[in-house]
Amino acid sequence: MRAARDALCATADDLGYPERLVPALLDPGRATPTVVAGPMGKAADKRFDIYRNNVTVSLIDALAAAFPATMRITGETFFRAMARFYVRETPPTSPLLFEYGRDLPAFIERYEYAQSMPWLADVARIERAWLDAYHAADAPVLSPHALTSFPADALADTVFETHPSAHVVRSAYPAVTIFSVNRDSGPVGRIEAREPESALITRPALDVEVRRLPPGADVFLGNLLSAEPLGSAAAAASAHCPEFDLATAIAVMLEAGAFAAVR
Amino acid sequence: MSTRTSISAAILASAVATAVSSLAIAAPLTEAQVKAAMDAGKEKCFGVALKGQNDCKAGPGTTCQATSTVDYQGNAWKFVDGGTCTTMDLPDGRKGSPEPLSRDLPS
Amino acid sequence: MAKLAIHADRGASEDFRFPAHAIDGLAGTSFKHQHITSILEDQAAERGFFEVHAENYMGEGGPPHAALARIRADYPVSLHGVCMSIGGPQPLDKAHLGRFARLIERYEPALVSEHLAWSTHETTYYNDLLPLPYTEATLQRVADHIDEVQETIGRPILIENPSTYLLFRESTMSETAFIRELVGRTGCGLLLDVNNVFVSATNHGFSALDYLADYPLEHVCEIHLAGHTEQEDDEGDLLLIDSHDGPVADAVWTLFDIVIGRCGPLPTLIEWDSAIPDWPVLKAEAIAAQAILDRHAGALLRGKSHARG
Repeated sequence: MRAARDALCATADDLGYPERLVPALLDPGRATPTVVAGPMGKAADKRFDIYRNNVTVSLIDALAAAFPATMRITGETFFRAMARFYVRETPPTSPLLFEYGRDLPAFIERYEYAQSMPWLADVARIERAWLDAYHAADAPVLSPHALTSFPADALADTVFETHPSAHVVRSAYPAVTIFSVNRDSGPVGRIEAREPESALITRPALDVEVRRLPPGADVFLGNLLSAEPLGSAAAAASAHCPEFDLATAIAVMLEAGAFAAVR
Repeated sequence: MSTRTSISAAILASAVATAVSSLAIAAPLTEAQVKAAMDAGKEKCFGVALKGQNDCKAGPGTTCQATSTVDYQGNAWKFVDGGTCTTMDLPDGRKGSPEPLSRDLPS
Repeated sequence: MAKLAIHADRGASEDFRFPAHAIDGLAGTSFKHQHITSILEDQAAERGFFEVHAENYMGEGGPPHAALARIRADYPVSLHGVCMSIGGPQPLDKAHLGRFARLIERYEPALVSEHLAWSTHETTYYNDLLPLPYTEATLQRVADHIDEVQETIGRPILIENPSTYLLFRESTMSETAFIRELVGRTGCGLLLDVNNVFVSATNHGFSALDYLADYPLEHVCEIHLAGHTEQEDDEGDLLLIDSHDGPVADAVWTLFDIVIGRCGPLPTLIEWDSAIPDWPVLKAEAIAAQAILDRHAGALLRGKSHARG
């Protein structure tokens, strides 16, 4: 009976090698799988550890490459320890490594040892948006002239087409200042910024640009990015933020290349 | 969206005109002029664009090699050092303090 | 030598984005973006080719494509896939295969290759070239995957032999027999990684020369060379890691010389993927490989003229 079943399952068993390896790949507490061996009767523990190490180290390295400012804030040892927890909890599901780490900001937010750095998740959000902008489709940015060609009474109903690289990251902390001083390799002095800062991330040509948005512009751009017409986006921003200045916000979005077209 | 103040067509048109003139661009524009104007405008007020990073930090790349780095796992709380976070003031006046928490690893 | 490279003799009526640069007999290097300025300024770099990992160019746009398009205008390019997971039992990721095919269409690479390994299981991507047992069942599955890739991209692919650190108890055939069967069943070509042969031979206690004697050298269309590092196994014996983080070892240069002596001058790539040096250091490795290729090319010509005379 057993033999008959084994015979039926032979093909499936022959192709079951990933199931036998993967549980131990991300869990160093598990024993070396018994399906593998060293040559000539040698043990396979250190040999299997090479694969185990490759997986974990290469994924931590990928996160370190994608989140350099976050790592500079925490220090490398802290970052790599945090990344190791993240890798084991959320290994990648895409073979494209530049897609990895999308949930890292949320992970940082609930990571016990990062609680004393509440701005850290927002810095990571800016870095994740930076990487998305870096790989986004190339597209020409909206010419300011396209906007002035609309008659005044048609402006309120204009809708903007988002540039593929554009992202807004809103923060309750001075996240843009913290990001910018830590993204460089220069010395970091004492940061005195206390006001919340939101970021506009764009790539109008080949360089990714990160801008600190003026007050209320985060709401304004957030609405435009979700295809709200200009009139209602401006009204919402004014209602939300008394210091909101529409002309400044429009200048920033044109300058940054946040949009590709207007209609 | 909560409270809606409607914005008049005149205000919108004036804001657009102010914005465009602040970019110091005269119409009609070639693509190259737009680019040049944008490059010139980056240093102004809120528009300080951060160039971000160099090529070496262009994000993760694939590997087809093994790593010779060995991953040493340790207790996370021991690792809270070496960063730049001590230089930070929190908005509410607290200090950004990276002191190790006196608890052990989550199991 | 099997002829799987795309050559300059392609039809003139077809519309190509890039010039057709011949890759025959050339030594090349991994393309690293930090080298692009040095490469474009380096007159000595005129002869050569560059290899890129396909997945790094699977984003929509941005600097990676700008850099690759610039390099591709002047040089032949080899497209090296890292994550197709051809060696896994589960069906290939159709979206990934589609991206791979579009990249080939976009850049018209002289060579296209992938690994005899797997990296994805169910929905998790492990970012390593993981080993597989060599059995009739895995042979058929891997051959099916290679067929699918070749049908999708409309051209043959080169399959690379892996560096391995352990063996599967269930394996019933040697790696060389497995690879020879794959070629027979699919018509694929081979990318012979000479460093991988040396690493695996050391790790498993077999002779690299015996491996090469049993390997179907007549189907090789590209060679890889790279550096490795030394660690120890459980018994304290030498275990080599295929780390691509240093110069090619002397023993690997010797094996390479032997292979080229048998195969003639094949496109040869220096892989250097971590602790990446300045361009002149990497280029020096390619110049060393080119000297060996040229020496054998000269010997081949002399042999031919001698035979005619």
